[in-house]
This record gives sequence, structure tokens and C-alpha cells, in this order.
Amino acid sequence: MNVPADLRYSSSHEWLRLDGDIATVGITDHAQEELTDVVFVELPALGRTVDAADPTAVVESVKAASDIYAPVAGEVVELNPAVEADPSWVNTDPYGNGWLFKLRVKNPADALNLLDAAAYAASIS
Amino acid sequence: MRIVEFRGEKISTWARRAPQANPSVGYVALGHKLGRHCHSAQEISRPVDKPLHQGQPPRVTPELQHSPLEAAHQALAARLVPFAGWNMPVQYTSILNEHHAVRNAAGIFDISHMGQFLVSGPGCATWLNRLLTNNIDKLAPGQGQYTLMLNEQGGVIDDLIAYRSGEAEFFLVVNASMIEEDFFWLAGHQDPDIILRNESALWAGMAIQGPRASAIFASACPGETLPPRNGYATTTAGAIVCRTGYTGEDGFEFFCPAAEGIAAWDSFVAAGAAPCGLGARDTLRLEMGYPLNGNDLSPERSPIEAGLGFFVDLTKPDFIGRDTLLRQKSEGPTVKLSAIQYTDKGAPPRAHYPVLAEDGSPLGELTSGVLSPSLMTGIAMAYLPTAFSKPGTPLQIDVRGRLFPAIVVKKPFYKAG
Repeated sequence: MNVPADLRYSSSHEWLRLDGDIATVGITDHAQEELTDVVFVELPALGRTVDAADPTAVVESVKAASDIYAPVAGEVVELNPAVEADPSWVNTDPYGNGWLFKLRVKNPADALNLLDAAAYAASIS
Repeated sequence: MRIVEFRGEKISTWARRAPQANPSVGYVALGHKLGRHCHSAQEISRPVDKPLHQGQPPRVTPELQHSPLEAAHQALAARLVPFAGWNMPVQYTSILNEHHAVRNAAGIFDISHMGQFLVSGPGCATWLNRLLTNNIDKLAPGQGQYTLMLNEQGGVIDDLIAYRSGEAEFFLVVNASMIEEDFFWLAGHQDPDIILRNESALWAGMAIQGPRASAIFASACPGETLPPRNGYATTTAGAIVCRTGYTGEDGFEFFCPAAEGIAAWDSFVAAGAAPCGLGARDTLRLEMGYPLNGNDLSPERSPIEAGLGFFVDLTKPDFIGRDTLLRQKSEGPTVKLSAIQYTDKGAPPRAHYPVLAEDGSPLGELTSGVLSPSLMTGIAMAYLPTAFSKPGTPLQIDVRGRLFPAIVVKKPFYKAG
């Protein structure tokens, strides 16, 4: 199970990569393995502001539509066109080409409230 | 009428008494399929006027039933989910891969949860013809037909396949979700000459489907002959082979004694059939526009409204539900089960999503929906007012508040080649 050390994680299986005040968000390898084939991704509108734990995106598999929650509060500033065009990136490259959206985070220190890699890995084992 | 039931060692589910059932029938017991823990099922045969349990209310055990093939699914680490009261594989690897395996080669599905009834005795064809919509007299021994069982209002209790297994004998395969209700309905329509057997506890079942299905049969069952399309045959070992399926591909359904199920499953897999779960079973059948009872069929909708008039023989002297169908045939139904396909990319359609006309007026809701793996677009079904049911009619599907454009199309969605 792939749990990159340089990311932070929510207990609802989202990952976050912080670059200054811009956070890239996706779902973890564990999450994509649970979902199996991702066939559609619904991304939020640009400019939308979200609070931590707000349902922000939807990832759909054949049998179910799953809510994706914002790990921290912020404003949606970028969407991933690759994953809209080919949702299977979420399965094949969840931490790379499978990223979903970027937030300008309200408070970068919020990321420290998330789980680190060791804590997340422990939670899913 | 004689009713024959099979009970395994575990106390099994008991049928709820349907309000219209004849009280003298009593309660109908159905056996578990006990798989590896199988004890030989005990046959209980009783005349219909002696209820099994006098004056006792039916007891429904909520526990999940287990297929005799479950060990095979566990060995493959299949994802098991409750379905119709059974613990069944929804997928082994990926629903998309399993779907494509069936379209391109062959897949094998566990259908042990489905029900099997045996109807025999003089006049059983006439008796069944009064309870089913299609004309059973069309069947010579070894032939089967898709048919429906209706309530007094002409609504669908179940869709099923009836095979003439002998001169005066019929083998019925019914939906897992309806075994108790179907059997209770049949048992409630008495006839002194008929023997009605619920054999659901006896049989393991598996469906092998795909262009390579015939070759796989030849390899796994050497010396046996596959019956022609819709046909029924028995093997020298006493298994039942039916040349039918729910996928639109060539294939067959294979029933053997429950204790022999795993060996049969393993032989078909060794011959090249890829294990496939209920997820792929649903995408495959919906691509063909085949209805699913409970979603696309219901006791409130007739076969005419469901577009299944081909499987109704109105020239038969009488059958339950006929009056409604005659009226709908002459007046025309007010709604029709229609095939709907997205015209652009969109969030997958699913059952219960609202359907709107081009101008936004509400028309109903989807009864089924999925992203078609073969077409890579959304496909769905819904009962639409007749005026909106013609192919080419523009529609919109509401997914979480977003509207996606779609149109009515002719079935099937998927055509081979």
C-alpha cells in the first residue's frame, strides 16, 4: 500500500501536498483500491470556498458515487483536466496525474492537523 | 396438489403469507444451500391441505444465505456483498475488466442464489399457461421460453424462464429475490393433479457467457452436447444445461447438485471462463436493455408497459392479468419503459435519478442506470409517458442537481460487432 511520506492525510482518505499556501488534493491509493474502477470525477467550481470536511468533489465508480471532502479550508483555484478527461488516472496514479483540485488554503498551519504518513498508514492497516 | 419442499439442517427462511394466499396451503419452507456444510437435504412431501405449522406465524431469519460456491469466491478474494439475502460476489478484480471478459471471451457467474421449481403432473402445461403470460404449448421437450408471472392487476410478480424438461414436466428458473413469493403464489393456485417442487435448495448454478462459452463447454464437459438456443438438456452426470443467459452473448446456465458445485466451477474456470460478479452482470444486461425485476419490473407495471408484449400471448384462453393487458393493447399504455442514452459525457446515470423533458418538466425517474463499459457513455431505463417514449426524444437526467442531455434510443444499447 503506497503512502508517500511527504504528504498529509485526512481520516476520510484524502491526501494533501502543500506548496506555500497552495494545497494539491487527491484520494489515496487505499481509497482508489476500495473504489476500484473510477469512471467519472465531478470537480468543484473554480472560486468556490470550502471549509475543512466539506464535500467538495465526487468520485464515481461503477456501483457508487463517493463524496471527497476538503482536507482543509480554502478556495478552489485549479482543477485537473487530465482526470476529467480520463478518470482512470485516479486508479493508476492517485498521487500524481490523479490529483483532483488545488486550494489556496486559508491557513497553511491547518495542514498540521492532518495525519502524517505513519499515522495514516497505521489507520488503514 | 402435492407440494414438495427441501430443508437442510439449518432452519431456513419462511415465506411470509401473501394476503391473497389460500390459508390451507400453510407455510412453505425453503432449504438453505449449505455448500461445504451440506447435509443431504431432507425431502418433505405433504398434501396441500395439511399446513406445515398450524396457526404459527411465519418466522423470517435475517441471516445471510451462502452459496455452495462461496469457498471459490473466497479463494479468489472476491468482494462479497449481500444481494437478495445472499452473500454474493459483486466483483473479483474489476467490474470493467469482467464486463469486457464476457464480451470478448467468456465469463462465469455464480447464480446459485436463483430459484428452481419443478412442475409436473397431468395438465401441468394448462395449469402453468393460466399463471404465465407466454404460451407454454409452444415448447417441445428440451425447449425453453422467457415468460412473466402476473398478479390479478396485470402487474409483474416475476420474470422467469420456463423449460419443458419432459412430456408433462417443466423446470422454472426464477429470480433469487422472489423465490418465496413466487412459490407461494404458485402453491396458492391449487390443482389436485399438479406436483409443485421447490428445488432451489438442491442446485448450485453458474452462468458461462461469452463468444467462447461453447468451446468452454466442450472442453469442460467432453462428450456432452450443448442444447440449441433457449434449449434445456441434462448431462450423463445429472446436471442441467440451459442455452440461455442475461448478457446478450452466447452462453449457458449450468445447474448441478450443490455439493458438486465447486468442482464444476473449477472445471469451467480451468477451461478459460473468467470469474465475474454481480457488478458486471448488471452492466451486461443493461447494455442489452434486459429488465431487472425490482428495478425495471414491478407489481405496479404490466409487461405491455414494460415493452415485453412479445412474451405475452393474448390468444391464450385465459391467464391471470390478461384483462389488463387486453385493455392496454387496445387503448395503448399510458407509459412505456424506454431506453435512454446520454448524448454527451456526464456523471453516470443511476436508478431513481429524475428524468426531465427538454423544457425541464419532470417525466419520472430512472429505474436503472449505469456507465456502459462497452459504449463508455451513460445508459438507463425509465417509464416515460408514451408521448415522450419515441426514439430520438430529447431528455435531461438530473444528477445531484446538474442536468445532462440524453435521448430515447431503441434497444439494445449494445450491438455486437
